[in-house]
Amino acid sequence: MSLLELDKVSKVYKTGTFGGELKPALREVSFNIDKGEVISLIGQSGSGKSTLGKIILHLVPPTSGTVRFEGTDISAIGKAGLRDYYRRVQGVFQDPFSSYNPLYKADRVFDMVKSVYFPGVRGTDWQAKVEAALESVTLNPGDVLNKFPHQLSGGQQQRLLIARALLLDVRLLVADEIISMLDASTRVDVLNLLVDLKRRGLGILFITHDLSLGNYISDQTVILRQGVVVEMGETPKVLGNPQHTYTKSLLAAVPQLHKKWGELGAGATVIPAGEVRAGSSNGKIAHDEVGRYSKSPLHPLRQGRGGSGGPLSSVTKTAGGRPSLMELEDAPWQRRGPKAKKSPSAVLSAYPAPPLQECEAGHFVATES
Amino acid sequence: MTLEVDKLQISYRTLRGDVRAVDGVSFAVDDGEIMGLAGESGCGKSTLGNSLVYLEGRMKHAGGTVRLDGEVLPISDQRAMGRYRLKRVSIIPQYAMSALNPTRKVGRMTAELLKSRGVRYDSVEEELKRRIDLVGLPQGVLGMYPFELSGGMRQRATMVISTLLDPSLLVADEVTSALDVSTQRAVGEMLMEFRDERFVKTIIVITHDLSILAQVADTITVMYAGKLVEKAPAATVVGEPLHPYTQALLASLPEVGVRYEDAPLAGIPGRPPSLLHPPAGCRFGARCPFAFEKCSQDPPFMELRPGHEVACWKAVRDIGGTSVLAEADQPGTEGPAGPGAGSEVPAVPRPGAQLASPTSAVSPGPGEWTGQGTGQP
Repeated sequence: MSLLELDKVSKVYKTGTFGGELKPALREVSFNIDKGEVISLIGQSGSGKSTLGKIILHLVPPTSGTVRFEGTDISAIGKAGLRDYYRRVQGVFQDPFSSYNPLYKADRVFDMVKSVYFPGVRGTDWQAKVEAALESVTLNPGDVLNKFPHQLSGGQQQRLLIARALLLDVRLLVADEIISMLDASTRVDVLNLLVDLKRRGLGILFITHDLSLGNYISDQTVILRQGVVVEMGETPKVLGNPQHTYTKSLLAAVPQLHKKWGELGAGATVIPAGEVRAGSSNGKIAHDEVGRYSKSPLHPLRQGRGGSGGPLSSVTKTAGGRPSLMELEDAPWQRRGPKAKKSPSAVLSAYPAPPLQECEAGHFVATES
Repeated sequence: MTLEVDKLQISYRTLRGDVRAVDGVSFAVDDGEIMGLAGESGCGKSTLGNSLVYLEGRMKHAGGTVRLDGEVLPISDQRAMGRYRLKRVSIIPQYAMSALNPTRKVGRMTAELLKSRGVRYDSVEEELKRRIDLVGLPQGVLGMYPFELSGGMRQRATMVISTLLDPSLLVADEVTSALDVSTQRAVGEMLMEFRDERFVKTIIVITHDLSILAQVADTITVMYAGKLVEKAPAATVVGEPLHPYTQALLASLPEVGVRYEDAPLAGIPGRPPSLLHPPAGCRFGARCPFAFEKCSQDPPFMELRPGHEVACWKAVRDIGGTSVLAEADQPGTEGPAGPGAGSEVPAVPRPGAQLASPTSAVSPGPGEWTGQGTGQP
């Protein structure tokens, strides 16, 4: 039995005036998280990755599908069970600077845990417990206790929140973009802390849009696009031997230190310097030149999302022979069209998630239309 | 040289005294060059970029000059700078997505902006429409309110508007930070294209992400605690950095396609020093694993290899040898004689001051990990 099992979890949000429009944020997402395993959930903004985190944290109910934690369906746990659930499942979120109340000292987050979960523990015992938790996130208690949030760095604040989760009997940590607000020099420390927690048997769902962070930390990778799992499996296989077009385009867009985007050659071609360097010093360019230039397949952003908003079916091939990311972003329900379907289940059945197929051991890919 | 900045000092006025956010920074940017400016939050990189365009009320120009196309920019004089803004210098602000006036349609806002610069809207309308087309926005955006546009569209609209009058200098402050990888790539390529199309002569790209700069920038400048620590062509900074801070930053970047199970990356212990009372000597000294006695003196920012400027005594010692260090101690002598040196006379600070052990050279900040970064070389 896995620690957490997601079985065909779907979520449809109501948007627009009076909830008139229905948007499927997640469609039939299924995967498991085991003890001592880091799964990174990678996707662009709007892909539904944070929605999935909220569903697991019981903050948002799924439209359909079940979430089972240690074998129990979490939709049926009720209010009393929820307190017990949060003892074992905790979340840490993106922005450490707004996770704290600036008027209170930062260690107040620990007191709140005490009043809810450990009302009977004596002050000195509690102090020792807090200090042990701080030690395990490599914080020096003297540096962070009794301080206001603005006196702490982002990395310290984020580690303090992880320490708070560790005070409980936590088994699963949902880490939603916890690295992205941190500075380069401190983000590796937080990443290494997660690796350390994993070794101690914690299951971690690491939600990110940054493939290099996912690659660094995770055992399993799930790539989410428009609420659908397009590729999942062991991290070296998914990121080392990507099968889906979308994964390949994502990988090509990752800025690397020693390889230019152009050398990776997906989607865009780069015009050699000098060829387009035209025009007088005031920067105006002759129009025929521009005509030639703007027809060149330089920019993904020039082709997709334009006035016409090309749907998936009419994806135009760019120089590399692959559709660009911007075009892939366009989903059918995002076009203004005939009146949207009225019931969430009808929307879900109108846009079913493509089935996943195992292309090699431990590596699943969605079929492309 | 399109932009020449000489010993620029910008400080913030606070009740406890002046915070030197930019402390004697000198650099030059060529025509057609994209300069990347990297550093941690609070190192002064945004302050430096903003001061070239708009000096906020709490910022004070404490010294130094800025020349644009050979002309001195009156950066401390708000009225005089008004003539340069948008026409000669322009900025894409840090929160470009919320930089547009929410109560005006994009077209009308642009027209009002142009009017305030004394430019007629009709005279640039055609060019505006062409550029809107170029960045892949529908023509209809001019008749829309900002809330009708997505974040990426607003970002592109801001980029078009702020470069409409072909400024010589564009400051792009953290334009890629809040974006997805694919949009990051699109925006990065758009910056390069704006340069190639000569919409702008030079661009300063400010970001904390060195891998974006490796893609976009021609030269990379690394800043730490208000001072420049390294400047070189992008490939050199990424490939053979000389300053320990740059090396540590690069070493802490995870990359796709590498497995890290056996060799985890290491962060940089400690925190940057407070700029209210910056420590004497090298400001990275307290966190630097290579710090030695010499580091209690202020390292000069000088060219150690052709086109590669560094402010680090260890780099001086490695390239020039220990004798060079000793020479630098004698006031009045030539200073370090590395290849290409001599173009700048290093400022030799108070010889003999605080020549104690490396740990006492810099008072450690109140941060975590105190004292752990001051190992022996």
